[in-house]
Amino acid sequence: MLHLLAQEEAQNPLLPETAELVVGLLCFFIVFGILGKKLLPNIQKTLAERHDAIEGGLERAAQAQAEATRTLEEYRAQLAEARHESARILEQAREQGAVIIAEMREEGQRQRESIIEAGHAQIEADRRQVSVQLRQEVGRLATDLAGRVVGESLEDTARQSRVVDRFLDELDAKAEQTQGAAT
Amino acid sequence: MSAHTLLAEPGCHIRQDCAFPAPGLQSFNFDPIFSVGGFDFTKPMLLAVICTVLVVGFFWAAFNKPKLVPGKLQLAGEIGYSFVARSIAREVIGKKGDKYVPFLTSIFFFVWIMNIMSIIPLAQFPATSRFAYPVALAALVFITYMFLTFKTHGFRGGVKNLVWISGLPKPLVPLIVLLEFIQNVITRPFTLAVRLWANMFAGHMLIVLFSIASWYLLTPTFLSVVAGGSFLLAAFMTAFELLIQFLQAYIFTLLASIYISGALEEGH
Repeated sequence: MLHLLAQEEAQNPLLPETAELVVGLLCFFIVFGILGKKLLPNIQKTLAERHDAIEGGLERAAQAQAEATRTLEEYRAQLAEARHESARILEQAREQGAVIIAEMREEGQRQRESIIEAGHAQIEADRRQVSVQLRQEVGRLATDLAGRVVGESLEDTARQSRVVDRFLDELDAKAEQTQGAAT
Repeated sequence: MSAHTLLAEPGCHIRQDCAFPAPGLQSFNFDPIFSVGGFDFTKPMLLAVICTVLVVGFFWAAFNKPKLVPGKLQLAGEIGYSFVARSIAREVIGKKGDKYVPFLTSIFFFVWIMNIMSIIPLAQFPATSRFAYPVALAALVFITYMFLTFKTHGFRGGVKNLVWISGLPKPLVPLIVLLEFIQNVITRPFTLAVRLWANMFAGHMLIVLFSIASWYLLTPTFLSVVAGGSFLLAAFMTAFELLIQFLQAYIFTLLASIYISGALEEGH
């Protein structure tokens, strides 16, 4: 035991053993060789592919988003245009309506005036006719009355009053007749 | 004779005319499992081979037929790969570092798994606590570093890249050139190997120490309380080592990428 210890203590732990160096290097080269040549390139490729897939997905998503935004913009533009158009049409209709109303009003006014005028003319014509008839009638009546006054002797008041009454009756009847004819 | 065989001797306790079998350099030397000619196949070699199989096997299972939508194993592999590719290579070297990701990934996982063997039952030994393994890897990193330096800058530019710092006062130039040369060409590979080796060496030593002590002190006396404490410490150190194992693998890989980055960069 002591002999063994003495022997081992003589060794320097900082002196690498050649056999172990060789084994260590060989082991590392095996690890490095297999990992470096095959396995790590494998995973690098896969990671790159995954990166692509994810990035590609993101890209596609971004594209879809852009398209959606564009479509939305288009819709908005169309909607705005439609609103504008409808407002324009409404405005136009309103204007046209106002014009039509004004025209109608004018037309109505004009018709009313013409009707009134016609009425006035009619009335004037009627009045003239009546006045002419009246004048003729009054003339004839006056002549008639004068004839009778002159032709008959007015002996008594009774006869006189009878004559006057008859005259008035006739006059009434005449007036009724004239009215009937006028209506 | 190793500490492990000492541990296996059931009779060795305190106050039984049995000296404390303190762990030492002998804890890191193993009798050969078999010998072929002059070649002794030892436990650390076996562990290195097992680690090779584990790393290759894991990545083979994970990445042999990679799918766009990864399974659990592939996802685990991808996380490991991305850790090296992004947190180390991209971070330190940048876009140019993508070429060196396989190299760095291999280093990281090979070192890490070898380190982890320190706390795996039955294995319980980090091959990286045998100096030869860190040396082999550091040598590869150093060769890569030198190769890239001269390939990128040519011979004159490469030498300048290694030893020259522009804008120095004239009297300082020889001193700085000497220091830069020592730092870049001698200390860098040496510390790279020693850092990993020493950490794993010390970690293994601590675990062995507390393990042996808890067994050695386990007697039907009050010392068994101390044995319990020692056992707890061994457990704590085991957990702590898990962190150190990862950290050392990470630092080794990180430094390798820093060297590669330095080789690829324009003169500093």
